[in-house]
Amino acid sequence: MNNLLVMPMVIPLLTGVFLVFLRPYVRIQRIVSLLSVLGTLGVAVYILNRIQTEGILKLDFGGWLPPYGILFVADSFSALLVVTTMVVTGILLLYAFSSIGKAHENMFFYPVVFFLVAGVNGSFLTGDLFNLFVCFEVMLLASYVLITLGGRKVQLVESIKYVSINVLSSWFFLLAIAYLYGTVGTLNMAHLSMRVAEAGQDPLLTVIGIIFLLVFSLKAGLLLYFWLPGSYSAPPTAVAALFGALLTKVGIYALFRVFTLIFYHEPEITHTMIGVMAALTMIGGGIGAIAYNDVRQVVSYNVVIAVGFILVGLAVSTEAAIQGSIYYLIHDMIIKALLFLLAGTMIYLTGTARIERMSGLIRNYPILGWLFFITMLSLTGIPPLSGFIGKVYVGQGAVEAGAFVLLGLAFLSSIFVLYSLLRIFMNCFWGETIINEDDDVPLPKGMLIPCVLFGLLTVALGLGAEGIAVYVSDAAHTLMNPDIYIEAVMNGNR
Amino acid sequence: METLITILVGVLVTVAVYLLLSRNLIRVILGTAILSHAVHLLLMTMGGLKKGSVPLLGENAESYTDALPQALILTAIVISFAVTAFLLVLAYRTFKETGSDDLDALRGVKDE
Repeated sequence: MNNLLVMPMVIPLLTGVFLVFLRPYVRIQRIVSLLSVLGTLGVAVYILNRIQTEGILKLDFGGWLPPYGILFVADSFSALLVVTTMVVTGILLLYAFSSIGKAHENMFFYPVVFFLVAGVNGSFLTGDLFNLFVCFEVMLLASYVLITLGGRKVQLVESIKYVSINVLSSWFFLLAIAYLYGTVGTLNMAHLSMRVAEAGQDPLLTVIGIIFLLVFSLKAGLLLYFWLPGSYSAPPTAVAALFGALLTKVGIYALFRVFTLIFYHEPEITHTMIGVMAALTMIGGGIGAIAYNDVRQVVSYNVVIAVGFILVGLAVSTEAAIQGSIYYLIHDMIIKALLFLLAGTMIYLTGTARIERMSGLIRNYPILGWLFFITMLSLTGIPPLSGFIGKVYVGQGAVEAGAFVLLGLAFLSSIFVLYSLLRIFMNCFWGETIINEDDDVPLPKGMLIPCVLFGLLTVALGLGAEGIAVYVSDAAHTLMNPDIYIEAVMNGNR
Repeated sequence: METLITILVGVLVTVAVYLLLSRNLIRVILGTAILSHAVHLLLMTMGGLKKGSVPLLGENAESYTDALPQALILTAIVISFAVTAFLLVLAYRTFKETGSDDLDALRGVKDE
């Protein structure tokens, strides 16, 4: 029954294909997509729980034993991310039902979302570097379509930049794969790890590692985030939230995988680089977040800050720090989706994205205002909300490793996050209301409910951190001890 | 032979970078196409060029050529084909919508 492992990729893929044929029947499309998300979520939760009892699961396609075939590997880290992905996608689909509009729904919006999810889940689960490239491309092609769908001028102009930068980074990915294959002659991640460990990570391999760092930094928005704020503010809200919640996280996942499993022998070079890049990312993101008066830009720069923060955990690379990063990664997927939804809803209600043109929203939409307040606290890391536990662990790890500069910057970045969001909160929600009772736009229930669900999730994740602690500590333990992964892939008989 | 091909890859990358840096949208797209060809050649070269006989077709040769790079290239070609097609359509739509294919004219959004 190990075939189950491929389901998180195959179910969305088949759903996507199936939905293409249901183009005119919007209602059926919605029902099918929700059912499919629920089914995939069920499978993912089951996989996550099986990993706890049976250890890392793997599936060799076609029975070709590693290192010869392609395989899917699920450890706690990837399974946790798949579960979070499905939860976030489900709630975002709910939001899309009421906000995305008939034109999108009739133009293959749902199928493309499912292709995107298939690519994301595939990237999390694959155990082969080239397969990772293919899954990245599946995800990216779907995202190209999603960002351009609708065809407004802004979208087209922004998507040209987005597509060309991603084509270039995919090129670097292939280049790195070519060099790596030429050097060590394998692409299976576990086998790569063994060979690199045997041969010793000489300067050549370190350089290849740095090319991988470049590739994944471009995807994750680590230091090379110049394309991110523009692209993430162009598409409709539901799509922007999907991007903000999922796309950069795949890059972060790949960074963690590659630099804990394969290139972990020269931390003074690679991990120091990651640390410096993370620091610069937090500084740049912080400056961006407080510099703009456009809600969408502020929110996009908040994504950048979070990327920097999560990678502090990888840079210091102690077990506590990695645990913190995983907590924060899960938290960030949920809270960034919520933040994008709230920003989009505000724009929908007021018809403007400028902070100075909104005022007193909390009088008309109290729940929205309080949700924004909770989001702000959660992002800043106030207990008992979900951001707290991740920040504590990353901080603890940084202290253990003696990385005090990174520690200081990481916590300083929280203040920048707080300031940037507080500015939105005070300007847009407080003050005299600008909306008189006649042209009060009603807030559709379908837009409010997903936001409330995300809000409940962040509270639940904060209060119930104990509940996922088992999974997270197992994930961090596996990441810190590559031998467990290698052993499971090369010798696991399942 | 490997050296020759590597130099060819270098030339292709040079051409592609030159095209990528131009302001014309179509040239940029052609640049990405050439760039992907360059990396496909590199993938092939990295696996070693023709070291033995054809794989899979018989069992009585002494050594076989590594078939994996070719499988990789095949996949990569399909992907780059799809992306290039998408980019071309995108460029056409953008030209229709904005009336320009000059990247300088397509900079940023006015309301900032």
